[in-house]
Amino acid sequence: MYGFEAMTFNIHGGYLEAIVRGHRSGLLTTADYNNLCQCETLDDIKMHLSATEYGPYLQNEPSPLHTTTIVEKCTLKLVDDYKHMLCQATEPLSTFLEYITYGHMIDNVVLIVTGTLHERDVQELLEKCHPLGMFDSIATLAVAQNMRELYRLVLVDTPLAPYFSECITSEDLDDMNIEIMRNTLYKAYLEDFYRFCQKLGGATAEIMSDLLAFEADRRAVNITINSIGTELTRDDRRKLYSNFGLFYPYGHEELAVCEDIDQVRAVMEKYPPYQSIFAKLSYGESQMLDKAFYEEEVKRHCLAFEQQFHYAVFFAYMRLREQEIRNLMWISECVAQNQKSRVHDSVVFIF
Amino acid sequence: MSSSAIIAAHSSSWAAALVRISPYTFSAIGIAVSIGVSVLGAAWGIYITGSSLIGAAIKAPRITSKNLISVIFCEAVAIYGVIVAIILQTKLESVPKSSIYEPESLRAGYAIFASGLIVGFANLVCGLCVGIIGSSCALSDAQNSSLFVKILVIEIFGSALGLFGVIVGIIMSAQATWPSKI
Repeated sequence: MYGFEAMTFNIHGGYLEAIVRGHRSGLLTTADYNNLCQCETLDDIKMHLSATEYGPYLQNEPSPLHTTTIVEKCTLKLVDDYKHMLCQATEPLSTFLEYITYGHMIDNVVLIVTGTLHERDVQELLEKCHPLGMFDSIATLAVAQNMRELYRLVLVDTPLAPYFSECITSEDLDDMNIEIMRNTLYKAYLEDFYRFCQKLGGATAEIMSDLLAFEADRRAVNITINSIGTELTRDDRRKLYSNFGLFYPYGHEELAVCEDIDQVRAVMEKYPPYQSIFAKLSYGESQMLDKAFYEEEVKRHCLAFEQQFHYAVFFAYMRLREQEIRNLMWISECVAQNQKSRVHDSVVFIF
Repeated sequence: MSSSAIIAAHSSSWAAALVRISPYTFSAIGIAVSIGVSVLGAAWGIYITGSSLIGAAIKAPRITSKNLISVIFCEAVAIYGVIVAIILQTKLESVPKSSIYEPESLRAGYAIFASGLIVGFANLVCGLCVGIIGSSCALSDAQNSSLFVKILVIEIFGSALGLFGVIVGIIMSAQATWPSKI
């Protein structure tokens, strides 16, 4: 019953909620980011990070560091936190935590299929996969020639199987179809996750539907912008939008016919929660759109922590950590390439 | 025959049935509720606070000793229940068989029953309240230690609810005078 979760939530979820809130207090602050932005070399970054929670993961790395090593070790910390929480969780929290990783699984599947298409080595691709999205038999993906085989050989045993009903065709896999497959899978995943959260009810349903609606709308805008000028027809574009969110259904009708960024802006400005995103950009500029979306996402995920006794804090924590890792990657790349003036272009402060 | 029997014979069958239940039954149920439901409230509050406290103390071990106060407030609720149960059971006296259904006897039985119910349910919600606040207190203290004292004030107000129940329960039970043995 909404409003009375406080009476029974702590039976199964109290310990883990307290743990995830403890992890949240370890996220890097503005002061940390300022220190990191002033580093001259990657070793300085490693030294600053050794005082944070990433310390134990980076301390054994030998001295000529690469940016990919830093990102890999920080991702390892996220994976350890996640696995610890997953093994302590009971139903329905364990299913909820598993849902959070399906997005990474989809990305990994697409990564391997694309890489195989361009004739890269399977081992090399497996190393680039995100660790949260790994599943057994992922290496077999390299063998598939078209989507039907992909499904029959590998994906039918994974949690992604129900998402494939809409995209099984016998067409061979090429770049365009793979992107469409990725977006169709992600659409099915978001809708499934949304339904699951609605079934959980209470504060979880309310907060998660807000966060997932923002995700769905953001993807709709990104799909629109990326498909301007390509051969994707309006109907195909319309099919890639999710069936929930603020834009559903009227915004989707308008976005499907957009042909340039100013038309997209006009559509978004009709929805008050998204007006502030475009207000930060001047006309015709789209590079900063990603950063504006990330900032909005971080703001909403931080707000999820304001309420107690629900599961959305787990989802929010995972997303905030991923944002932090993106920030670290950007800072490391800028430092490694000596372009420190551009550091603040893409770092989103969480606190 | 006492007047209550005459009244009961003319009333509906429910009234007759209720009036024929022994006042000892009502008293015993009242005493059971007072201790049983109070302990339920205290236990509920303690597990709500305890699970959050354990998880939060992993990252912030300093909070453990201070936040045991929340657990102590919940425990106090159970102690109120025990005290009132002991007081109520001293009020139970035997009356001769002929006066079991006297109005005075019935009044005494109902007074003990009501007193037990008051104390039990007041302590149930008090324990719940203090437990939920204690959980939030532990989590906030782990993030920012200056919040602890302020949230403790909320808990003190919450635990006053149990005290109100005990006061009214004891006043009720003071009226539980059984008819004197003739």
